[in-house]
Formats: sequence, C-alpha cells, structure tokens
Amino acid sequence: MSLDAHLVVRRPGFTLDAALRAEPGEVVALLGPNGAGKTTALRALAGLVALDDGHIRLHDRALDEGSRRFTPPEHRRIGVVFQDYLLFPHLSAVDNVAFGPRCRGLSRAESRQRASDLLDRVGLAEHARKKPRQLSGGQAQRVALARALATEPQLLLLDEPLAALDARTRLDTRAHLRGHLAAHAGPTVLVTHDPLDAMMLADRLVILEDGRVVQTGDAASVTSRPRTDYVARLVGLNLYRGRAEGTQVRVGDGFTLTTATPHTGEVFVAFAPAAVALYAVRPEGSPRNTWPATVTAVARHGDALRIELAGPIAVAADVTPAAAVHLGLEPGREVWASLKATEATAYPA
Amino acid sequence: MLPLAGLLITAPWSTLPQRLTEPGVLTALRLSLLTASLATVVCLLLGVPLAWLLARTTFPGRRLVRALVTVPLVLPPVVGGVALLLVFGRRGLLGGWLEATFGVTLPFTTAGVVVAEAFVAMPFLVISVEGALRAADARYEEAAATLGAGRWTVFRRVTLPLIAPGVAAGAVLCWARALGEFGATITFAGNFPGRTQTMPLAVYLALEQDLDAAIVLSLVLLAVSVLILAGLRDRWLGTS
Repeated sequence: MSLDAHLVVRRPGFTLDAALRAEPGEVVALLGPNGAGKTTALRALAGLVALDDGHIRLHDRALDEGSRRFTPPEHRRIGVVFQDYLLFPHLSAVDNVAFGPRCRGLSRAESRQRASDLLDRVGLAEHARKKPRQLSGGQAQRVALARALATEPQLLLLDEPLAALDARTRLDTRAHLRGHLAAHAGPTVLVTHDPLDAMMLADRLVILEDGRVVQTGDAASVTSRPRTDYVARLVGLNLYRGRAEGTQVRVGDGFTLTTATPHTGEVFVAFAPAAVALYAVRPEGSPRNTWPATVTAVARHGDALRIELAGPIAVAADVTPAAAVHLGLEPGREVWASLKATEATAYPA
Repeated sequence: MLPLAGLLITAPWSTLPQRLTEPGVLTALRLSLLTASLATVVCLLLGVPLAWLLARTTFPGRRLVRALVTVPLVLPPVVGGVALLLVFGRRGLLGGWLEATFGVTLPFTTAGVVVAEAFVAMPFLVISVEGALRAADARYEEAAATLGAGRWTVFRRVTLPLIAPGVAAGAVLCWARALGEFGATITFAGNFPGRTQTMPLAVYLALEQDLDAAIVLSLVLLAVSVLILAGLRDRWLGTS
C-alpha cells in the first residue's frame, strides 16, 4: 500500500509540479510557506482537483493520470482530515463518523457500531451524541480524525491538522495524533506550515516552495542542512551559498568564510545564530572568521536577543541580554562579528 | 397597514359567522389551499434541482436561464396567463399534443390553476434556494465525497440539510404567492366555482355583487395567510 505520485496542476500564474512518494506506515509532511501549493497537492491526492499531468498511484492502482484517467474522490478510499474539520453541522459526532461507512455500503447498525468504536478509541465516547458546534476544537479534531479513519482508507491525508487549535490543546492533540498516525497501516501525507508539527508527526519532510519540491529528508538532515532560505529561517540557521576551494568558501562579494571541512565547487554554508560572537574591537588569534558589521535590528528571541547585522554578509546573531547591554547594541552600532570555523558547516549544493 | 385596518373596521362582524358558512366560501377556501399547496410541491420538485444547477454547475446559457427564471417576478401575471394559454391551450404549442398523447387538458381545470400558480410562484423558491446553496459551504460536499458519497447521497444527506432553512423560507414565500395568485389564474384557468375559482377570484367576483361578501372573503384570506405564515415561522425559520 504505497503512494507514488507526480502532481502537476496548472493554474494562472502558478504551477504545482511535485513528486511525492510514501511507503506503507510512513508519515510524510508537506511543509512550505503559504501559497506554496501544499493544499493544492493534498486536494489533488484526494481527487478534489484533477491533475493536468503526472500521475497518482496508490497500491499499484492508478487514480489519476492527467487527461487519461480520473477516479472521483468517492471511489478513492482516501481519508481526509480538513483544516477546519468540516464536520457536518446537522449530524451528531457519531453520525458524522458513521457517514463514511454508511456510504461504503455498511448497514445503519454496523456503521453506528464502527463509529462508536472509533469515538471510543479517540477518547470521545461520552460526546458521541453532541453536535459539532458543542465540541471544543480539540474534540472536533478527534471526531474529524475518527471520521476519516472510519472508511478504513488506504491513504490518510491531513490538512493543517493542528492549525485551528490553541497552544495548550495543540500539545495534547499532537501527541494524540502521533499515536493514531503510527497505528495507521497505509501511508499518511500531512500538510503544515509549522515546522514543529512536521518534525513531531512525520518520518520524512518534503519542503514545497512555489509549487516545487526544494528539499526532502528526515527532520535531522533538514534541520542541519537547509537548502533554501525558507528552510534556513524555519530551522533558525544562517545560510549562504558559495564556491568552495578547500576550507575557503567564497560567499558573495569577495567575502570568504573559513569552514571546518574541505569541499570543492558549489556549497551551502550554514551556522547557528548562537555561534556568532560580537565584539567592540577586532578580536585576535585562533582560526576565526571576523568581519565588521552594523546592527540593523534587535529583537527578543527566547532567553537571548536576536541581533540582525548588515555587512559583507547579512547575519543573525544571538547574544545574551547582558552582552547586548555591555556592547551597547542598538540599530546603527558598528561591531565586529566572529565565527569559529568549526561552527560553520559546509555541504554540497 | 391602513388598508388592512380598513378591512377590519368595515367588516360586517354581526353577520360574519353566517356568511362564513356559506358553501361557496368554504369551497373556494379549500380549493385555494389545495392548489397553493400543490403548486408549492410542483415548485419544490422543479425548483430545487433548477436552483442546484444554477448554483453548483456551469453550463452554456446559465445566465440566460437565471434571467428567464426571474421573468415571472416582473411579468404582469395576466401576461403570464396569456403565455400559458399560448403554450398549453387547446391550440397552443404543446396543448394539442398533450391532449392527443395523454388526454390531458390544462386550461380551465384545477390542474390549470396549479400550473398558473406554480408559474408565478416559482421564482420565489428558486431565488431563495439558490441563495441558500451559494451561502452553504461547498467544502462540506467535498468532505462527503471523500467519505465515499456519490452526488445524490451528497445532495440528500449533506446539501439538503444544510440549505433546509432556505428551502423552507422559499417554500413559504412560494406558497403565499400561489395563495394570492389572481391574474394568471383567471386568464389561464378561468373562474368556475368549485373547479378553478380560488379565494382571490371569489373576492373579485363578490366585489361586483356584494361588498360585504368580498370583505368577508378577504378577511378569511388574510387570516389564513397570517395564521399559516406565523405557524411556519415558529416551526421552520425560528429554529434555524
């Protein structure tokens, strides 16, 4: 029961062209900024949008092959948890969950039985008779999950499953959701713009930007080796692209960074804002990168202060509030930035 | 409100009970309620699918169809009656064929009254239902489709419950319009007591012979309309 898809959807001014694979039991997160085409990809998988080209194969069955074949959503055996859940407002929780089984040909009693079992499993047995508007956000999310699972889908799709929840509920629901995704035998594709949700819930991340896949990998490789500015911002790293000759990497106008490991050709260089140290005067000694920089912005970032710096390269640096006071950091202040070569990771572009 | 007050003030209250029990009044009232209800059913059967087509699909000439649907709103009902005669009359476009094939004649029959009322009242239902469909979130229908529901199941179990208040409101308006229908009815169906003489026609006829009778009939029509509309309001519209 694996998913093999190449999704091509053309719209005026936007083209989605993304390849996507998911193995049985695997959870793949489609992560990307707003307007990247994540939801369009999900709708194409569900059959709510037809492909213009490419293919969707689930379990070796072709569901959509552009103009040659199109299986409508009701014949796809795909479960969808929508962003705002879309629970039918006129049906109780149990009837919402029983809707799918009933459509798949189960009798009224069997459908209700299955719905009750599922609500029991997601911990909502005592809320079965409630209408959606009487449920809290977290409860509605669970009913939506139960409803999607009730049809025993071969592929499970989740669109921003936690976006509509407040922070507290989000934490609980995320853990709960994780358990259910692990129990689902088929592949799961979830769409999110929240890197934390993606990393907590998914086995593999697929980063989508402007309709294209820009990076795939597990959480560890994506967080340590971002390949686009969007991903770098997401995981909180400084990222530069340049040409390496040994440990010297030329990034931008005549500026060279020294890295720990030698490379040749096009590379990315990434380092954490906390690895950048700031000084009032030029520091001496040790294999360091040093360059003069001007403070452009100061903002609180967790326990530290995030300092945005202009100069030969634009850099974000994290310093302690004490250091910031000591150095008199404020927009316009000129400082020396320093980065140990061992803190800068280079990897082929 | 003034005309209504005038009706109440000039009503011959003393002879009211006796006049109300005259057989003609009850016959006309029964016929009015029956034809208005049947016309509403006809409008529901034809109008809801039509509204669905207008709101949920795109087909060539959709704008034209929508414009045509609303024509009876602005058309003088008498003209509507003439148009119906030209189509369904004995020598009309379809009338002869209908009579030859099914042995059905519409003009100057009770069925003709229903057709005339449905023709005039249909826009109220279609506009109301189409509005409700447009206001209803079509993504619920998508959600239903992903759960395995075909088009008909989606419509029956999701769309219809979602737009029920709109359908109810449309049906009430439609029924009220059908109940008061005069021009198209008298043109297309004539004015035969017991067969095509509805309350408004009876009022008009009485007006020429006996003013008090006309007032009484008007009062009855007013009372029935108010009663039923108030009753439906509580049951259907009040809960939504």
